[in-house]
This record gives sequence, C-alpha cells and structure tokens, in this order.
Amino acid sequence: MELLSQLFIDYTLRNVALGSALLGLIGGVLGAFALLRQQSLLGDVLAHAALPGICLAFLLTGSKTPSLLLLGGGLAGWVAALGVLAVLRHTRLPQDAALGVALSSFFGLGIALLTFIQHNHQGNPAGLDRFIFGQAASLLGSDVLGFALLGGVVLALVGLFYKEFKLISFDPDYATSLGLPTRGLGILLTSLIVLAVMVGLQTVGVVLMAAMLIAPAAAARQWTNRLGRMVALSGLLGALAGVAGALLSASRENLPTGPLVVLSITAVVVFSLFFAPLRGLFWQGLRNQQNRRRTELERLLLDAHLLANHGRLNPEELALHRGEPLPKARRHLDFLKAQGWVEPKEGGFQFTEPGLQKALALKETLRLRS
Amino acid sequence: MNPDLVILLTAVLVSTASALLGSFLVLRRMALVSDAISHAVLPGIVLAYWLSGGKATLPALLGAAGSGLLTVSLVEWLTRTGRVKNDAAIGIVFPALFSLGVLWVSLSFRNVHLDLDAVLYGEIAYAPFNTLELWGLSLPESWLVMGGLALLNLLFVLLFYKELKLSTFDPSLAAALGFSPGVLHYALMALVSLTTVGAFQSVGAILIVAFLIIPPATAYLLTHRLPALLSLAVGIGVFSSLLGYLLAVWMDASIAGMMATVAGGCFVLASLFSPTQGYLTTRLRRRQQRLEVTARLLVTHLAHHQTPVPEEEIREEFGWDARFLQQVKQKALREGWLEASEQGLTPSSKK
Repeated sequence: MELLSQLFIDYTLRNVALGSALLGLIGGVLGAFALLRQQSLLGDVLAHAALPGICLAFLLTGSKTPSLLLLGGGLAGWVAALGVLAVLRHTRLPQDAALGVALSSFFGLGIALLTFIQHNHQGNPAGLDRFIFGQAASLLGSDVLGFALLGGVVLALVGLFYKEFKLISFDPDYATSLGLPTRGLGILLTSLIVLAVMVGLQTVGVVLMAAMLIAPAAAARQWTNRLGRMVALSGLLGALAGVAGALLSASRENLPTGPLVVLSITAVVVFSLFFAPLRGLFWQGLRNQQNRRRTELERLLLDAHLLANHGRLNPEELALHRGEPLPKARRHLDFLKAQGWVEPKEGGFQFTEPGLQKALALKETLRLRS
Repeated sequence: MNPDLVILLTAVLVSTASALLGSFLVLRRMALVSDAISHAVLPGIVLAYWLSGGKATLPALLGAAGSGLLTVSLVEWLTRTGRVKNDAAIGIVFPALFSLGVLWVSLSFRNVHLDLDAVLYGEIAYAPFNTLELWGLSLPESWLVMGGLALLNLLFVLLFYKELKLSTFDPSLAAALGFSPGVLHYALMALVSLTTVGAFQSVGAILIVAFLIIPPATAYLLTHRLPALLSLAVGIGVFSSLLGYLLAVWMDASIAGMMATVAGGCFVLASLFSPTQGYLTTRLRRRQQRLEVTARLLVTHLAHHQTPVPEEEIREEFGWDARFLQQVKQKALREGWLEASEQGLTPSSKK
C-alpha cells in the first residue's frame, strides 16, 4: 500500500513503473500478432541485434543520448530482420537456424564493438552496457515521454491496419489472393516490433526482451479465442506485469527491475496455463478425472446388471467377473446399494426399479453410440 | 606457457566441440534450443556456485547441465500441452530462468567474483592464468575442460553416427527400427548443456550460440552430405576462431565477440557465393539460363525466315532494347548458333 502511494510521489519509481507499463502494453499488443504468426522469437533476435547498432551510434556521434543510441539499435535490428527474411527466401536454411545465426553474429559484433569502445575510446563510454540487462532506474521523464510517443505510434498503426494484420496472421495465402501486399505488411509488423524493442532495451535489456513480446500474448491466448480480446488482454497483462515488476524491485534494495518484470509476467503465464477457463490445464485435468469416474461407474452398473440377469449378483461373482479383489467388489456393491440401485435379497442382491431403469437407459445410449 | 598458444588452442577446442553438436542441432531444427539452454544455464551455475561456495568446475558443470536439461524438458512439456507453440515455449522458459539467475546473482553475490559480464561474453584472455597441476605439468584448465568435452562430443558423434543420422533425417523410421530417438535426443541435449557450461568461462554463455550454430549453418549452405557438413563446420569454426583472435588482438576488443563476428562474416559470404544456393551465384545462373533460352528462341524465330533479318526488325518484333539484343546475340554467336552478316542475322547451318 505504501508502495502504491509512493508510485505517485517518487519520481524514479513513477518513471520506472510507467516505462515498464508502456513496454508491457506495446510488447503485449504486438506480441499477440507475432505469436499467431509463429514469429515469437523474432523479437529476441531483434533485441540482440540492436547491440552493435547502439555501439556504432555511439562511435559515430560520440553522444550518449538514449534516443540516438536507440535509433542506432533499432536500425541494426531492422537490418538483421531483413537479413533473416532474405536468407529464408533465397536459401534452404531452416528458419530457426537463420534466426540463431542473425542473433549470435550480431550480438558477437555488438560485444566486440562494446569492448573495443571500452578499451580504446577516450571520453566516458560507461553506461553502454546497461542496454544488455536494461537499467530501468535510469529512466528519465523525457524517456518515458518518448516511450509514450512510440507507444502511441504503434497503437495507432495497429488500429489502422488491424484488419490487414488479422488476415496475414491467420491466412496469409488468402490475404495474398485478395491482393494485399502481404510482404509489405509483414515488414511493417516487424518494423513495429523494432519500435517495441527500442522501448524495451532501456527497461529490461537485450536478453530479456523476448519475454515481453511472447509471455503476455501467450497468457492472453489462454483466455479467449477472439483476436480483438486477445490483443487487448495481452496489452493489459503486459502493462500490469510491468507495474508489478517495478513495484517489486522498489520494495527492496538491489533488486533489478528487468528480471522482476519478466518473472511477474511469467507468473501470469503459468497461472493462465493452468487456470484459464476452457483451455486451463487444471480444468482439463479435472474434466479428465470426472470422465474417468463416470466411465468406471457405467462399467460397474453394466457388469452388475449382467450378473443380476443371471441371478448371480453377489460380491464373489462380481469379483470374479471384474477380476478385482473381493473387498473391492463388496465396496462396489455397497456403493450401488447406497445409490439405491440395488437391494439385498437372499444369496446376493437384485436391482431396484430405479436401478433397472438406469441400467437399461445406459445400455440404450451405448447401443446408440456404437 | 605461451599465452597466445593457450588462448588459441582453447578457442580451437571450443569451436570443434560446438560445431560437432551444432551440426545436428541445425539439421534437427533445434538451433534456438541452444539459445534457450545457453541462457538457462545461468541459474544452474549460480546454484552450483552457491552450494560449493566458490569456483569449482565440476559442480558448475553438473549444475548447469542439469538446468540445461530442465529447460529442454520444460520447453517440450509446454509444447506437448498444445497450449503454446514450440518457439513461444522457448521464449517463455529461458527468459524466466535467466531472470531467476540474474536476480539470484544480484541478491546473494554482490561482492563475489561472478560478474554478469563474464556470463555474457566470458574472458578467454584469462585462460592462461587458470592452470592445473597434472602429472607434474602445469596445464591450463581450459585445455583440460574443453579438450575433454571436444573428445567426448567427437566420441559421441563417431560412436552413434548411424543412430544420429537416422534419427535426424527420419525419426519415425528410427523409432520403428527400435532405436530410441528419445534417449539420443536427451543425450544430445545433455552434451549441448555440458559444452555450453564448459565454454562458459572462455566465451560466455550467450556467445556459445555463435559457435554452436553459425559454422554448421554456413556449412549447410555449402554441402548436402553429412560427413562434409560436419568437417566443414569444424573447419569454419576453427578458421573463425583463428582469424577472430588476430582481429581482436589488433583492435583490442573482446576475443569471443570477434570470433562470433568472423563466423557471421563467413555465413554472409556463404549465403552470397555458395555454389548451389548463394544469392549472387543463383542470380548469375538465372541470367545465363535466361540468355540461353532467349538465344534459342531467337534462332528458332530466324529459322522461319528465308533471308537474313536486320537487327532493328528483330528488336521491334520482340520489343527488346539494343543492349539485351547484343547480349543475346553474343551468347548465340558464342554457342555457334548464329551467323552475322551485313544484311542481318541468320541461323548457322549446323543448327
């Protein structure tokens, strides 16, 4: 509670929380499309590929203005994405290998440039490496304003091209046949992801950016089957996780924001995977168990009915027929008796009227089913 | 011992060990699993560090191999539930594990020598300083660790070559013949995890992806045969290490980063100039084929005329510009299909 009130007073905390929330929102909205297009890891590649761009921007201009560095990073990410697309179109290399090559070679170049700058550059290059793990605490009001601006651009473009993005996410072939510029739209969507990565570099850093694009969308996917709701929910969950991570990291000293944001959104994913209605694994497990129980009960009723028809419904015969231990057969018969479906008679049991109807109805259904 | 030699041999061992396994990762479309493992070993390393209370190699190796296998199992479990796709599962699991590792480091190891930079790109330059006494010889630790791993990977590939080949290219047949692809799969994953951790001190956990993936992907563009792929991958890896080291010394930059950059450069060259599927070679071949087809068309067309046809007439008829006609003409003349005279072009008598 105290933290929440600080959210409105503390300048740093407010910036961190707002920055992470904006990142979660943008990443969530774009991630929804990336997830459906099965390009989840493209964001990871773009984020890693941004590092050499940041270093080059610093080498060329000598300035450490975040917007300038991020512009360099965005450009490098964009080049990497286009490179991957070109390799996929012109060679037989599988997609994952192309992504892996782009990711690691750009990142290697980035590390080489980073160390080159650290060892050779006059002036003060410290702080470039904060983009690797992110350093949300260093966010300024102006940075957050810039994020908000980028976020506005992203949301406006997604709103404008919603119909087209929907189509290329679900049925790219149909989109092409309608005469939509599928490739151009794909590149536009990728470019928007580059913008999201630029926001993410300062907050969660290169390495964890992937989670911000994938996790909110994966969580939202569990709750709904409609794209509109999924996009909105994904943005919302991302933003909430951003705020939660920021608050958690402020609750104690020395807690980095990026990992906490990622862990918050991961917690949301895990919860959604298990407890989302319809698709939740927990509910599915429950349904499976109920089905298993019902089937077992039906089999017991049919077995008992068969034996009763021969007038041999007693524990010994039931145990023999079902191949189960005698005490278990006794328990089963007691259970049927408790249901009011069988009643004792001399030398065993017989079906009651409701039990008989139940068994006959069941037989009828089974006959219809088969 | 000469420090250059120590670093170079370490790098060669890392590239060999990684390229051997990486080839199978690329062929099995699991390149990004190595990315996930390389990030996710961090909590394992931290755990081992925490348990052993210091820099011990063996617990770190085991801990990280364990977290590597945990990553793979989690990703596979998530994929099997059918709730998320494989790539999304990778992207959910490894950032979470990596975050745990980073968080743990910043909470418990504020003043201990386990800085995150080393996690990212390692410091192969320190390899000469970590030595072990063995048989009265002072050997660099990296030689022993990476040499052992390179040998282990080589033995794995040689001993299970047939099984690996079969389960890579036709997993269902492998299963039907009674090999167990699952066991082989997890053995491969365990070796990838071990190699990642072994190389951790030298090249860092993230750049190991470059050593695992780039050389085999480059070799993939150059050959279609598995033995050639394996040896090319090792060759490219070793070459990138050597050239990368020279460049890094010259520029005073991160050695591992430079090696990855050189490997990336090799990949770019291969994707442009590969004889079978390079971008430029393909374009050149297409151009040649187009000229040949057009030249044949021209000759066939001319054969219907009794008299030589002036070039202007041909250009008008086909709508070609002068340069293209010249290219086609040269091609046809070179092949001996055409004869040029004052009046125009005629097909040669041979054709």
